[in-house]
Amino acid sequence: MYCLFNQLIVMANYCKEIFLFYLQGFKSMKLGKTLWLIILVKLFIMFFILKFFFFPRYLSKFETDAKKNEYVVNELINRAVN
Amino acid sequence: MIEQIDTSLIDWSRAQFALTAMYHWLFVPLTLGLGIIMAIMESIYVKTGNPFWKRTALFWIKIFGINFAIGVATGIILEFEFGTNWSNYSWFVGDIFGAPLAIEGIFAFFMEATFIAILFFGWDKVSKRTHLIANWLTGIGATLSALWILIANAWMQYPVGMAFNPDTVRNEMVDFWAIVLSPVAINKFFHTVVSSWIVGAVFVVGVSAWFLLKKREKEFALASIKIASIVGLVASILTLWTGDGSAYQVAQKQPMKLAAMEALYEGGTNIDLIAIGILNSEKKSHNDNIDPHLWAIKIPEFLSILAERKADGYVAGINNLIEGGYPTEEGTALSVEEKIAKGKLAISALARYRIAKKESNQAEQTIQRTILETNFPYFGYGYIKDPADLIPNVALVFYSFRIMVALGVYFIFLFAFALWAGKKNKLDTNRWILKVFVASTPLGYIASQAGWVVAEVGRQPWSIQDILPTSAGVSRLNTGSVQLTFFLFLILFTILFIAEVSIMLKEIKKGPGVSNHSSN
Repeated sequence: MYCLFNQLIVMANYCKEIFLFYLQGFKSMKLGKTLWLIILVKLFIMFFILKFFFFPRYLSKFETDAKKNEYVVNELINRAVN
Repeated sequence: MIEQIDTSLIDWSRAQFALTAMYHWLFVPLTLGLGIIMAIMESIYVKTGNPFWKRTALFWIKIFGINFAIGVATGIILEFEFGTNWSNYSWFVGDIFGAPLAIEGIFAFFMEATFIAILFFGWDKVSKRTHLIANWLTGIGATLSALWILIANAWMQYPVGMAFNPDTVRNEMVDFWAIVLSPVAINKFFHTVVSSWIVGAVFVVGVSAWFLLKKREKEFALASIKIASIVGLVASILTLWTGDGSAYQVAQKQPMKLAAMEALYEGGTNIDLIAIGILNSEKKSHNDNIDPHLWAIKIPEFLSILAERKADGYVAGINNLIEGGYPTEEGTALSVEEKIAKGKLAISALARYRIAKKESNQAEQTIQRTILETNFPYFGYGYIKDPADLIPNVALVFYSFRIMVALGVYFIFLFAFALWAGKKNKLDTNRWILKVFVASTPLGYIASQAGWVVAEVGRQPWSIQDILPTSAGVSRLNTGSVQLTFFLFLILFTILFIAEVSIMLKEIKKGPGVSNHSSN
């Protein structure tokens, strides 16, 4: 029990060290702040504008895999016929 | 009556995918190339303890960071497009693509994200050796990310290790290692990665030459040129070797692409390779008997050697591939008309199998499944209306291939000369040499993009070689909406590219002197 407790403390300290490593790293950034801003704006545009409004999954209009399957197979067969 | 797919929809969807992929590929090769150069520089620092090398490595790590930050996640848009614009294709290949892309995601997140944090935040906080390992693992992580994407791409060029399931209408993975270790995937991976090292090396040489032209940071610039030239020269020679391997694989697996690369309409044995050539714009059709070449310098029998490893090896031309009848290892090549018939047989067997399944007719299911499996290698030909549709854009492939090869040869001389001039102390005194180095900076990108044009335009009309053409893989969308998103991407990526160039130029102008032991 004592051993397990010690291990938990070691692990908690280790996690704290990693957290502080990242925190200090982010705080000391200069150019990095601009780059992170660009990354965040880019991700926002990609996931909340482009993906949401312009890039829905085409097959998501079908509720089940069986319906998606049926749609795709019909497309593949009919496009060859046409 | 099912409405036919508009060809402009296919063209715009292809153009959108090409635009996204090409913009994404502006960032990737520099990441891979700078990754190895900055790791070598830091290795020298750790080995010698000379702070000059730390300062040098720091500068290039900073440039790497800018490129990485602007470029990161631009590839995700390609995945959006798979789901929206290429839904039939995505469904058809889902299981094959899923595994490599999932592994890529895990690698990208855990390896790159973890080690990049140590790379940028870890100076003076972790040991020199740990930081160096993080530096190398950042580059290795990026390379492994590329590996899985390239495996997925190679599978589209040479589909192996899968079985088509007519119940799910999906290709299912049956042999993971056949996909990962396919000769096309291995060659593609090494060729793409080592050629990306060239992009990084040319970039470092160009930027360093700019410092010498400005009479700044002489020691830093000369040392950077030396390291980049060694990396570049080794990479150029390896690229030549892996390029030969790739061309051999193209000859074996995608002969139409090879024929387009050479504008070879009539094949045969002892075929010459065109070193330099101009195409005849009068040639409008594959069977108009007009000479495709206006002017050409040829290397005797070299195409046969390259494609078959023997001077009298048979290389099929575009017309031979359409008409068939030439000898192959399996016997005699089928004509396109015969392949189209087999493709239609496979597709109608799929349709009949589905009907038999609904009717619970087990015997008919077995018969149709056998017909489907026998003819599945030609499945995609069932969508081809005219044999001429199988010919890619010959001029684009022909010239792109020559641009790539010519620049590859030029880089060998460039790096060899840079090493020689550096050794003879002639670099910082010859301004014209430095101007040539600066002017060469974009050429690495041009060669890399040209290589992808050969690989991707050369395999048209296929999304998956012989199995699925783009006309069958594309989603039934409104062309206008694809055009809208095309221009949205054009604007977004152009802004990102301008941001990259302007931030990079600003940091380059500051030079390594102001890095102050921080790459943040």
